[in-house]
Amino acid sequence: MKKIALIIQREYLSRVKKKSFIVMTFLGPLLIATMYALAIYLAVNSEDMADQKKVVVCDETHTLSNIIKSNEKYEFNFSNAQLADLKSNFDSSGNDYLLYVPNKGQNFEGVQLYSDKQPSLAFVKYIEKQLENSLTDKKLTDNGISKKIIEELDFSLNIETIRFTDEGEEDGNTSASYMIGMFSSILIYMFIFLYGVQVMRGVIEEKNNRIVEVLISSVKPFQLMMGKIVGIALVGLTQFALWIILTTSITGIIGQKFAQDKSKLMNIENTVAASNTDKSEPAVAATEVLSALSTINYPLIVGCFLFYFLGGYLLYSALFAAIGSAVDSESETQQFMMPVTIPLIFSFIISTSTVVNNPDGPIAFWLSLFPLSSPIVMMVRLPFGVPAWEIITSMLLLVLGFFGTVWLAAKIYRTGILMVGKKASWKEISKWLFYKN
Amino acid sequence: MLSIQSIIKDYEKHRALNNVSMEIPKGSVFGLLGPNGAGKTSLIRIINQITKADAGEIYFKGEKLQEKHIAHIGYLPEERGLYKKMAVADQIVYLAQLKGLSKHEAEKRAKQWFDRLEMKGWWNKNVEDLSKGMQQKVQFVATVIHQPELLILDEPFSGFDPINAEMIKNEFLNLNQEGTTIIFSSHRMESVEELCSHIALINHSEKILEGKVSDIRKEYSKNHYEITYLNAESIDLNGSSAFQTIGEAKSLEGKYTQVIQLNEGHQINDAIAFLMPKIQFNGIQEIIPSINEIFIDQVKHASA
Repeated sequence: MKKIALIIQREYLSRVKKKSFIVMTFLGPLLIATMYALAIYLAVNSEDMADQKKVVVCDETHTLSNIIKSNEKYEFNFSNAQLADLKSNFDSSGNDYLLYVPNKGQNFEGVQLYSDKQPSLAFVKYIEKQLENSLTDKKLTDNGISKKIIEELDFSLNIETIRFTDEGEEDGNTSASYMIGMFSSILIYMFIFLYGVQVMRGVIEEKNNRIVEVLISSVKPFQLMMGKIVGIALVGLTQFALWIILTTSITGIIGQKFAQDKSKLMNIENTVAASNTDKSEPAVAATEVLSALSTINYPLIVGCFLFYFLGGYLLYSALFAAIGSAVDSESETQQFMMPVTIPLIFSFIISTSTVVNNPDGPIAFWLSLFPLSSPIVMMVRLPFGVPAWEIITSMLLLVLGFFGTVWLAAKIYRTGILMVGKKASWKEISKWLFYKN
Repeated sequence: MLSIQSIIKDYEKHRALNNVSMEIPKGSVFGLLGPNGAGKTSLIRIINQITKADAGEIYFKGEKLQEKHIAHIGYLPEERGLYKKMAVADQIVYLAQLKGLSKHEAEKRAKQWFDRLEMKGWWNKNVEDLSKGMQQKVQFVATVIHQPELLILDEPFSGFDPINAEMIKNEFLNLNQEGTTIIFSSHRMESVEELCSHIALINHSEKILEGKVSDIRKEYSKNHYEITYLNAESIDLNGSSAFQTIGEAKSLEGKYTQVIQLNEGHQINDAIAFLMPKIQFNGIQEIIPSINEIFIDQVKHASA
């Protein structure tokens, strides 16, 4: 045990002292903070930056002048000129867009938008929505529905989701669960990949340096492997902890600075609301998500996150260590990486697509039990509520899977690290598993 | 010190060690000699408990070899290296701690070695900034810092420059004087034979010879002498009952050399007495077989 502690200490200190670690520790949150600041800045200043665009409308139906109205972004001018004239004069007219609505069919068929540059999707959608609304209104009035009723039809509806839990009824919020699940699974995925590869590199380094034979004349190969895995896990945890502390403090400072200018902050909300076509919904949803975030069972989520975070890393990094021991250089790792990275990438893709949309489906169920995929998949399912027996089974299987892969990896490792200058094949590695010692 | 008994080690396709036994006496400088691939490194790895033997036993000072003995063994492998991006002192202290020294003790002893080997000023340098010769000194210190009772050196002088090789060789001999038992492993017989008090020869996974160097030499000496004389022309030296000539006389720079073999029951003086009136002596020397010659002789013997 004392020797493992020494190895952990060396692996940890040698990495934490590295310049790249210190740089990344400060650069990481700085990057996040910069992006955050940039987003706020753009939201606040986008109105000032973008000039109002001029749109000339050639409306052959003569019905739209009351429907399409100018706003801060677009100024609509209705022209009685012919389309051909407007087209030929377009460059000299100073207009940015030419909207042509022919009097054709009942549903505004053949509408065209001319411009020098490709118009933004939001603008096209905006015009489409306006035209659609006007048509709907027209059809309703034509069929004898009064203006008042039509105005009353403009409402939005939000469904409140409530889950039956042991503590009684609890407010649920699908979008909050969605966010938390995705966020944790992305973090776990990143952590496994970043630090698993570091374990592999460390093993290759020791093999290349030829220090490994000196080391294993003092310690057992298993101790060396586990010391490295645990040491690097601690490096990862340190980095994440520092990132969280630094990011929250930096973003906190930036947020405060902007909050002082209250009118600007109001502006942001207006911009957010105005930029969306479904007017009130997002603003309401945002506040609801915030309140719903507080309804989630945090002790469970955080506890499980730490468990799957470490469990997944330990399981995969043992495999990465085995790969590192079987090769002489990083360029040779490709063929052995595949079988390890495929389940990782597969479970990530499945969890962000299938599982998050159907957290209780059979795919979600089985993948959240299988140790190679459970760390990523279970975290997506958890915020939606998972029966206790499933969580416990999944955790037990992960622990078993961990011991299994470590046992397997240790066998490959202890033979692999002494094989220098030989290119290992799959066949050869499978034989190492049966070597006595 | 170390008693190796009937070790067998099988790899997938071949037997690396076949029933190898040897006794390594305390305080000896033991040469483990044999061509590449003979099984030397396999045996050394078993002694270091890096791998296990399939059969056979090893006793360390009368006790069955076990994990606790690691602290009493120092090992300098043939494929040796250091962490490139780690400070020299950290590295030595780390390796010493893995051998069971306390941090404080390891630092103290490292300082002593740095003084002794003129390595002052390297303390905080990264290994990658050192020359190859300097790195070898660091490796040496890391091997001996825990004051092992048994030192195992696999091809110790390969890659050393002559000055460092001489320096390190003297340090090893010093340690031997102080009581450390040393195992030298090499495929270059001549490189270690002058150092070794005992040797074992390994060929094709089997031990073919073992013993004190002086005994082996005596045993394999064939009573050959080389006689050099200054006469103007080659002279037939035959005719004595004390000896017979081996091969033709060779001429070199006006001298002639002739190898003779003493017959059973005769002394070299008998030969000299016979030759004195015939030739003008320039020199006479016993031909001592080198370990290399003995090895080749033995291998031929074994294959015949």
